[in-house]
Amino acid sequence: MTIKHAAFIAGAYEHPTRKAPDKSVAQLHAECARGALADAGLTKDDVDGYFCAGDAPGMGPLSMADYMNLRVRHVDATDIGGSSYLMLVSHAAQAIKAGKCNVALITLAGRPRTDSRPRAVNPDQPDVQFEAPYGLVTLNAYALCAMRHMHEYGTTSEQLAWIKVAASHHAQWNPHAMLRDVVTVEEVLASPMVADPLHRLDCCVISDGGGALIVVSPEIARTLKRPLVAVRGAGEAVKHTMAGAVDLTYSGGRVSGPIAFAEAGVTPADIKYASIYDSFTITVLMQLEDIGFCEKGQGGRFVADGNLISGVGKLPFNTDGGGLCNNHPANRGGITKVIEAVRQLRGEAHPKVQVPNCDLALAHGTGGLLGTRHGSATLIMERL
Amino acid sequence: MSMPAPVPTPETTWFWEAARQHRLMLPKCVSCARTHWYPRAICPHCLGDASDRIEASGEGVIYTYTVMRRVAEPYALAYVTLAEGPTMLAQLVDCDFNGLKVGGRVKLAWVPSADGTPMPCFTPVA
Repeated sequence: MTIKHAAFIAGAYEHPTRKAPDKSVAQLHAECARGALADAGLTKDDVDGYFCAGDAPGMGPLSMADYMNLRVRHVDATDIGGSSYLMLVSHAAQAIKAGKCNVALITLAGRPRTDSRPRAVNPDQPDVQFEAPYGLVTLNAYALCAMRHMHEYGTTSEQLAWIKVAASHHAQWNPHAMLRDVVTVEEVLASPMVADPLHRLDCCVISDGGGALIVVSPEIARTLKRPLVAVRGAGEAVKHTMAGAVDLTYSGGRVSGPIAFAEAGVTPADIKYASIYDSFTITVLMQLEDIGFCEKGQGGRFVADGNLISGVGKLPFNTDGGGLCNNHPANRGGITKVIEAVRQLRGEAHPKVQVPNCDLALAHGTGGLLGTRHGSATLIMERL
Repeated sequence: MSMPAPVPTPETTWFWEAARQHRLMLPKCVSCARTHWYPRAICPHCLGDASDRIEASGEGVIYTYTVMRRVAEPYALAYVTLAEGPTMLAQLVDCDFNGLKVGGRVKLAWVPSADGTPMPCFTPVA
């Protein structure tokens, strides 16, 4: 079974808020659902499948289906962190192909900017006792990868900085972006060192907000007024500490990328636009290598000199400004990666960053911690 | 400020009991003879359910590290590859954070956590 052309992304909505002290998390989920349904031209009663992940409050699909009074016959709440929503598009397409639902709603929302309480750690999680006491957090888990990459391949802070520079060039055109000032390589390097070798400007923003997607069957897609954005291929993977054979030089993208390209029947050279999860600059660099946009170890050279800037370089990326400048709702950037790819495929990105004739796009993400255990998901989409 | 205390699970009480005697123990599977990290009751190589415990020499090499700079008390976090094979997460202590190097040799150093349970850490050796 393949999901190639089995489902279409008919609705996409990014919540405009970046700080929401006066809204609940469930409310933000529902506002995103409302926005995506309106974008698709569908109503709540059309939804027969609901997909969410660890940010959904309460018992995930139970609490949220109840809150929104959804009458669904298929749910999926597989949580692989911030890349969940990329994977859930694939799961929705599989469910549609199998006849389990026809209109799938995927939501993400959260308010880590308003509510900065640390996430509760469950001591039953078997790795916690051997990691948490040492002060392992998100930031240093990624810094460990960056340090090893530099040692192994000679990657430099200047090269990493180019990723932030490219994101900032795009964010200047996004009125909702948290950081709209264009920055230079020198400014990134001059920002405080937070966890060697990562500077403050190597890190993504912390924002409240959310997003939602509507994935539908081909029959329903053709009745709607929106451009046809088809799912063409997808892959997923989990990578971890491998029983102690730790190797931080690559991510799960090495597995999920080739699976997605094989299903889609295309190659990285065919991709016109790429959304690449950018929790940190190093995240982007490693994922570009792993999914095959350049050789392993060549990521630094690939991203340098504006190669990721729309209209300038060979691979326009994150034209909304990405997590580095625009938005990282619920500390989970997967859904915004799909949303900007859909905008590009529809020709609805900002005119200053719209890729001409964008008919094939990729979105890829990493969830969890690149330095310990993470999920990877790759999604290839096509405008028909 | 000391490190938070580890919360053992029923399958790891033996590890922390050894730690209180400043012995870093590694599980070694009876079925496949391989060691692993972090310690588990079921071998992550072959799912064997019986393991011996071997004492690590305490010698290792820094696989990668980072220094958390913008916190009240900066600290160095690292993956250390033990002489016995597995790579484990730990803090690097009693050292100049600006002199750390990937590939540098380290030796075991025990640091008491909040409840007194010693945490295995490492310090660079010349």
